[in-house]
Amino acid sequence: MRLSEHIYRTISSIRGPLLLVENVFSARMGEAVRILSPDNREMDGEVLKIEGDTVLIQVYEETRGLDIENSSVVFTDSIKKAPLSLDIIGRIFNGSSIPIDNLPMFIPEKLAPVTGFPMNPSARARPEEFIETGFSSIDGLNTLVKGQKLPIFSCAGLPSKELAAGILKNAALKGEKDKFVVVFVAIGLTYHEYSFYRSILEEMRMKFVAFVNMADEPVMERLLAPRLGLTVAEYLAFERGFDVLVVITDMTNYCDALREISTAREELPGRRGYPGYMYSDLASIYERAGRINDQEYGSSGSVTILPVVTMPEDDITHPIPDLTGYITEGQIVLSRELHQKGISPPVDVLPSLSRLMQRGIGEGHTREDHRKIANLLYKYYAKGRDLRRLEAIVGREGMTEDDRGMLNFADAFEREFVHQGMIRRSINETLDDGINLLKRFSLV
Amino acid sequence: MTGKIKGISGPTVSVEMSGLKLYDRVYVGHAMLTGEVVRLEKDMAVVQIYEDTRGLGIGEPVKGVGMPLTVRLGPGLLSGMFDGLQRPLKRLKEDMGPFITGGKEIYAIDYMKNWRFHPLKKRGEDIKTGEILGYIEEGAFKHFIHSNHSGRIKWITDGDCSLNEAIGEVEDGSMLFGCHEWPVRMPRQYKRKLSPSEPLITGQRCIDFLFPIARGGTVIMPGGFGTGKTILEQSIAKFADVDIVVYVGCGERGNEMAELIDDFSNLTDPWTGRGLMERTILVVNTSNMPVAAREASIYTAVTMAEYYRDMGYHVLLLADSLSRWAEASREISSSLEEMPGEEGYPTYLASRLSGFFERAGIVETLSGKVGSLSMVLSVSPPGGDFTEPVTQACLRTAGAFLMLDTSLAHRRHFPAINWFQSYSLYAKEIIPNFKERVSLQWEELMHRCREILQREEALREVAEIVGIEGLQDADRLLMKASEMIRLEFLCQNAYTGDAFSPPEKTVSKIADIFKFYDNAEEKLKQGVHLDGVLKS
Repeated sequence: MRLSEHIYRTISSIRGPLLLVENVFSARMGEAVRILSPDNREMDGEVLKIEGDTVLIQVYEETRGLDIENSSVVFTDSIKKAPLSLDIIGRIFNGSSIPIDNLPMFIPEKLAPVTGFPMNPSARARPEEFIETGFSSIDGLNTLVKGQKLPIFSCAGLPSKELAAGILKNAALKGEKDKFVVVFVAIGLTYHEYSFYRSILEEMRMKFVAFVNMADEPVMERLLAPRLGLTVAEYLAFERGFDVLVVITDMTNYCDALREISTAREELPGRRGYPGYMYSDLASIYERAGRINDQEYGSSGSVTILPVVTMPEDDITHPIPDLTGYITEGQIVLSRELHQKGISPPVDVLPSLSRLMQRGIGEGHTREDHRKIANLLYKYYAKGRDLRRLEAIVGREGMTEDDRGMLNFADAFEREFVHQGMIRRSINETLDDGINLLKRFSLV
Repeated sequence: MTGKIKGISGPTVSVEMSGLKLYDRVYVGHAMLTGEVVRLEKDMAVVQIYEDTRGLGIGEPVKGVGMPLTVRLGPGLLSGMFDGLQRPLKRLKEDMGPFITGGKEIYAIDYMKNWRFHPLKKRGEDIKTGEILGYIEEGAFKHFIHSNHSGRIKWITDGDCSLNEAIGEVEDGSMLFGCHEWPVRMPRQYKRKLSPSEPLITGQRCIDFLFPIARGGTVIMPGGFGTGKTILEQSIAKFADVDIVVYVGCGERGNEMAELIDDFSNLTDPWTGRGLMERTILVVNTSNMPVAAREASIYTAVTMAEYYRDMGYHVLLLADSLSRWAEASREISSSLEEMPGEEGYPTYLASRLSGFFERAGIVETLSGKVGSLSMVLSVSPPGGDFTEPVTQACLRTAGAFLMLDTSLAHRRHFPAINWFQSYSLYAKEIIPNFKERVSLQWEELMHRCREILQREEALREVAEIVGIEGLQDADRLLMKASEMIRLEFLCQNAYTGDAFSPPEKTVSKIADIFKFYDNAEEKLKQGVHLDGVLKS
């Protein structure tokens, strides 16, 4: 192990975000490096591959302006770490954890590696504490619990950000105010979207930490921003006892960045050009959600992740939503059809799912009749939707009285239960609405 | 044997070292990370590291142990929870807290613990390798200890012993031990394989009745996300009629494992009434744990399963999911810069898979007992597309195929097993057994059930054109009966008391539906109106 920093001026090639440095003495895998450009800009990077004394470096920032003769590389002998402290709450950073809110950098209490460590599965606590989102389609039929990772699968043009913002607002409202923090990670966001989220966070006066990578900022930072955010989230949850809700938007930009970097590294492309390790890479982000067994560690915090995924071509079998769905505990799917009908939020409850719902509902969590109501609503709505296909062929007149009733129920379910605009419903209101709807159609 | 690190790329490290054998286990770097030699050249070896390589530096030492990757086999594995390299997760947690922060060698077996050994052989008797020396009480199980040497017994313990000391000696001076190591990639030996003929009852009506599984059989369950693979795997793990269950969480969710542990600790085995954990071994390598250990995890698990099979037990290995294993081998293969096959998977994918599947079977063990190892493996095809290489490679060797259907899952029909596409090659051998043990009508009912489902499908197409009103009463009745079969018989809620359905209940349930159908048909013939028939 070296104790001092080493400076090299032996760059032999520059290719997009990748540098090759020669004659390096005992580099280490994942070691953080700083690159000094001829015009004295400083950039961060990381050791990616070592072969003898040749080292491949990945630069996190825009490499424009680097040259071979005058640029130098500093090897720091430590791995990439995120600065942590309670003072981080309320701050906004860019994707390299530099403050962008015109306030000075805080003094870190500790540093932690951004990639984190895998949680020992035997130390996990089972997620079963209900989080009220205020949306009937989620609370009633696809319940979110603390420690869950539940993505929103959206299509281009659908109001996913309104849904995410609505969940944020209500979760903050219902959670214990001083024990609740939002970590907001923006990946490749346009200014328009960013200012929307920003105004929500300010309007709510909630505790938050933001890591923002805008659409025109370096692609490498898109890979770093969620990891910084989650390192902060883990610190706040497991060392400081906060319930942390991490909103990451948009994971599609993250995956595209991953593909871009992978291609620059000349790796073998997998499905649709995305690298073959994308599953493991996404898992290293999503799997950081969870709770720790508090009887053993006295930590009552939780990390809940709510990523937004925009499905390219509205295709749920595209590698990004597909791999996400295999890792996360369910999904909330938005539908273009419902959006066009004017249903807001346009949540299609049939392909949506919350895998951790079963233990988060019922007596002691929500209400003892929750499971029954959810099952009935789901069953009859599915039946109604099935019958719509039949209706398209034989027409409404050709159907039985019962079937026509079921069609009316499906319409009413969409218009009255799923549709709610921006009005929040408590879980009791949601369940009462569900019962009333079922009663009106004599289904209970 | 020591050497030095020359290069690092992701999880593979090139090492300057000689004297290694292919697939030897090595310890890499100051952190002593576990690795396996995957390629040898003159004075140079490529090592696959089973842990995170961050922080590893050029020039750090590499040590060979002269042995391949092994697992430790002995009493104390049951109700344990291990990672892909068989490190006990609970003790790892006591050691380094809730996060796994680095490589650390902790043995799966507690060598200090005292066990009660009951010898079945006496001093002066002859023993052959593989024969039973005696047994240790491991919970409710007799944990048989097999001899690792042949010869005449010089002395043998009767009473308490710990595993780091010998429990006996043969006359040529070889010591006999209560535990041993076994290379994970090498199948354990047996005398001969038998043909599967006994049923493995799962308690899932759809499987037991339509697609029965044999002890010693292999089953694959492919399904897109949200089709309930994990829930079905877990239900089978809870209720299957076997002695021992080995469950591998291979590259899946951490929260799921927390749920599983929680459930299993509170449930009892419906066949023996003992705690479920007492018969279970968990091997867990969640998706954020190192990729190479994920690849090793199914071998670690199958070796432990074979070890209990050799004692004459019926063992069930469940893996969730085999696709994650295949993807891990793809990642490793591509970091070794091997020539890729279909969809980037290595070309040896199919042969590795069939080699793994063949470790299942019902066998006569070296000591003459009959034991079985069955496998139920889930597959996660990308995009729910079954034409992908992993599903296709599995189909060639698996004995039963349970296709999990996304459209059934969307209708909340669980378990979402598609009854038209799925098959079991064991049905013929097993059905006589069900007829003998449960009901003589078993086969007849099964054929009838299939026929009704098939006819409903045809009628449904007609109904979509003419409307259900346009069908004849007899056909509408058939559709009603079929709906009852689907909703009341094939659907099984994993969260209620119905989660476990013994074969007797299964057969009486389907018989009741047919009784209703026959009565209704009779009434129709007598001229009663359909609505009246359905109401009664």
